[in-house]
Amino acid sequence: MTDQILVKGASLLGAASCDVLISNGVITEVGSVSAPQARVIEADGLVALPGLVDLHTHLREPGREDAETILTGSRAAAVGGFTAVLAMANTSPVTDTAEAAERVHDLGRAAGLVDVQPVGAVTRGLGGEELAELGLMARSRAGVRVFSDDGRCVADARVMRRALEYVKAFGGVVSQHAQDPDLAGPTSCCHEGELSGRLGLPGWPGVAEEVIVARDVMLARHTGSRVHVAHASTAGTVEVLRWAKGLAEKELHWDVTAEVTPHHLLLTTDLLSGYDPTYKVNPPLRPQEDVEALRAALADGTIDAVATDHAPHARHDKEHAFVDAAFGMLGLETALPVVATVMVESGLLDWAGVARVMSANPARIAGLGQHGHDLAVGSPANLTLVDPAATVTVDRDDSVSLSRNNPWHGRTLGAAVHATLLRGVPTVLEGKLV
Amino acid sequence: MKRHLLSIDDVSADDVATLFETAAEMHDVQRRQVKKLPALRGRTVINLFFEDSTRTRSSFEIAGKWLSADTINITGKGSSASKGESLRDTVQTIAAMGVDALVMRHAASGAALQVSQWVDAAVINAGDGTHEHPSQALLDAYTLQRRFGSEGRLGSLEGRHVVLVGDLTHSRVFRSNVLCLTKLGARVSVVAPPTLMPSGVEPWSKELGFATSYDLDEVLPTADAVMMLRVQRERMGGGYFPSAREYTVGYGLTRDRLATLGPDVPICHPGPMNRGLEIAADAADAAQSLVLDQVSAGLAVRMSILYHLLAGEGSTS
Repeated sequence: MTDQILVKGASLLGAASCDVLISNGVITEVGSVSAPQARVIEADGLVALPGLVDLHTHLREPGREDAETILTGSRAAAVGGFTAVLAMANTSPVTDTAEAAERVHDLGRAAGLVDVQPVGAVTRGLGGEELAELGLMARSRAGVRVFSDDGRCVADARVMRRALEYVKAFGGVVSQHAQDPDLAGPTSCCHEGELSGRLGLPGWPGVAEEVIVARDVMLARHTGSRVHVAHASTAGTVEVLRWAKGLAEKELHWDVTAEVTPHHLLLTTDLLSGYDPTYKVNPPLRPQEDVEALRAALADGTIDAVATDHAPHARHDKEHAFVDAAFGMLGLETALPVVATVMVESGLLDWAGVARVMSANPARIAGLGQHGHDLAVGSPANLTLVDPAATVTVDRDDSVSLSRNNPWHGRTLGAAVHATLLRGVPTVLEGKLV
Repeated sequence: MKRHLLSIDDVSADDVATLFETAAEMHDVQRRQVKKLPALRGRTVINLFFEDSTRTRSSFEIAGKWLSADTINITGKGSSASKGESLRDTVQTIAAMGVDALVMRHAASGAALQVSQWVDAAVINAGDGTHEHPSQALLDAYTLQRRFGSEGRLGSLEGRHVVLVGDLTHSRVFRSNVLCLTKLGARVSVVAPPTLMPSGVEPWSKELGFATSYDLDEVLPTADAVMMLRVQRERMGGGYFPSAREYTVGYGLTRDRLATLGPDVPICHPGPMNRGLEIAADAADAAQSLVLDQVSAGLAVRMSILYHLLAGEGSTS
């Protein structure tokens, strides 16, 4: 007996409407389909995208289960239209061993809402000095391919060079949190510029990101490896990336990719004027010029992917003085509406472009073979249905995340995730968890 | 007047005039043998100092006591984060004791503004990180207005060229003063080496209307008043300038520079002074130095602030 679902009348990537038949978790027919036995999901007026893939989340488990767990983070991901997320390694304990990676992987499978793919630490304990057991993590059941000390920069050039070299053996990629700690130290919390000068907040200059990105692309070129730039936040980074990508495309033996967060595509540094720690994030919110450059870079492919940097925090960790409060903001549930508002409504991207930057490219970068496919016969039925006409005013209390550090609270965003299917199984229908 | 004094932006030029009028009355009280006024009897003022302070805390404490308020000092070093308690919990616990005003100092910029959103009490910012120190700017302006006035009447800062020199990047006194002095019509120049100029100062200075310079000797000849700001010796470790000697040569109010100032050009310093670094002993102790006047003015101005925030509008008599 087959388990069939028929998605009726969806607009595939925003193009012509057709039906999609899913049998046993695989797309088996696309077009005008008649399947009387199938369970029907009416998708008239909805856009069908391949299931979204997030290269950058913090699920907080193990260690801070009061802020988020793999289960609650998976719920937030599913509601946001994701079918796979990469869980960053800066948990407690750090994901720097095969066992730790397998635990995250297994808890994700047990939750069963999205594929939770652990990111391995580059260095032991995120210490920045000795390589973590990259190879054992790669060989583990979790099959780790993305390595990052995110939250911290792999600042030591020698360590970064060795990491880039080492991961070549198993097709890994180093995702770098680019922040030169000498130029932007641990207290740096506000884009260095007029506002930081007025507010008296420790500045986090764009150049602290740009010098690391520039160094890392040269290290990737030198080692013939792959570097991924996490949460690019400045126009200068975009310029370096554009130059480096041109070089990499010619030389072929190395590669550089980059992601941008939804918040860096829309929110600007002036939101910090009231010292509200909800807007405290690393890298910091930047001025409008940077935002414009990031949008253009995402549209023209200089930036490959949107990644949320979903960073839940318990309320009391945000209710400190601004410099003492935790960095980070929620992102999983609002990512697609933000991208729709910023990129689609403006005409910078069409829905095929959204599929590219939120599914195909991140899946390719992360090496997730089961995700990011075209909605074609034979593809795994990871699918997100989006209502492009919906407008939603975000209410932080509606979130399925455990945390409430939501910078989008009160904002009205275009488009809403209607349904999410993981390997043909609906995880979200009518915008609600199944 | 607004409920809180968090920033100089919270007071208008008219508010400042009102505050100074009352301050002048309070100033006279200091000369009496019995200094206590009954204005704030039964009111509770807590000095909540998360960062070391001697002069500001004692100034607010005496100001409160002379107005008959019950003033209590609570001090605690380090951030609440390091103690595992949120700042919100800390201040709400204190506010729950029935407090009318919180006079607050904190090492973090913006802390007073955040606290004002969490408690019912009036919040007076007694210094938040490198952001603002509004009562200091008010007492500085008041001190200068007294100096520029005559026979007990306050003068005006309109058109006066006031020069601020020092570590502007890390100075809350600078940030409050530049707002206050421009509000009162003074022509303001700020002088520092490029490494101690706040980031993004160019657009800010244009918008607010003050001048910036790296060259003290270019600015000093037209000064009507000079405010020297403290330079912390630790800044040398941060690479902001190479040596104390070099700083003094470039930006100190040295004996030589003092000689070029007219004898009527007042010299201010918020203290504590690094004698020999940003200000020579001869300048600190010169007849035109207002350093001690600033301290006594500080009491009068802080009495006025407490009075207006807690007792409401009206005359003290």
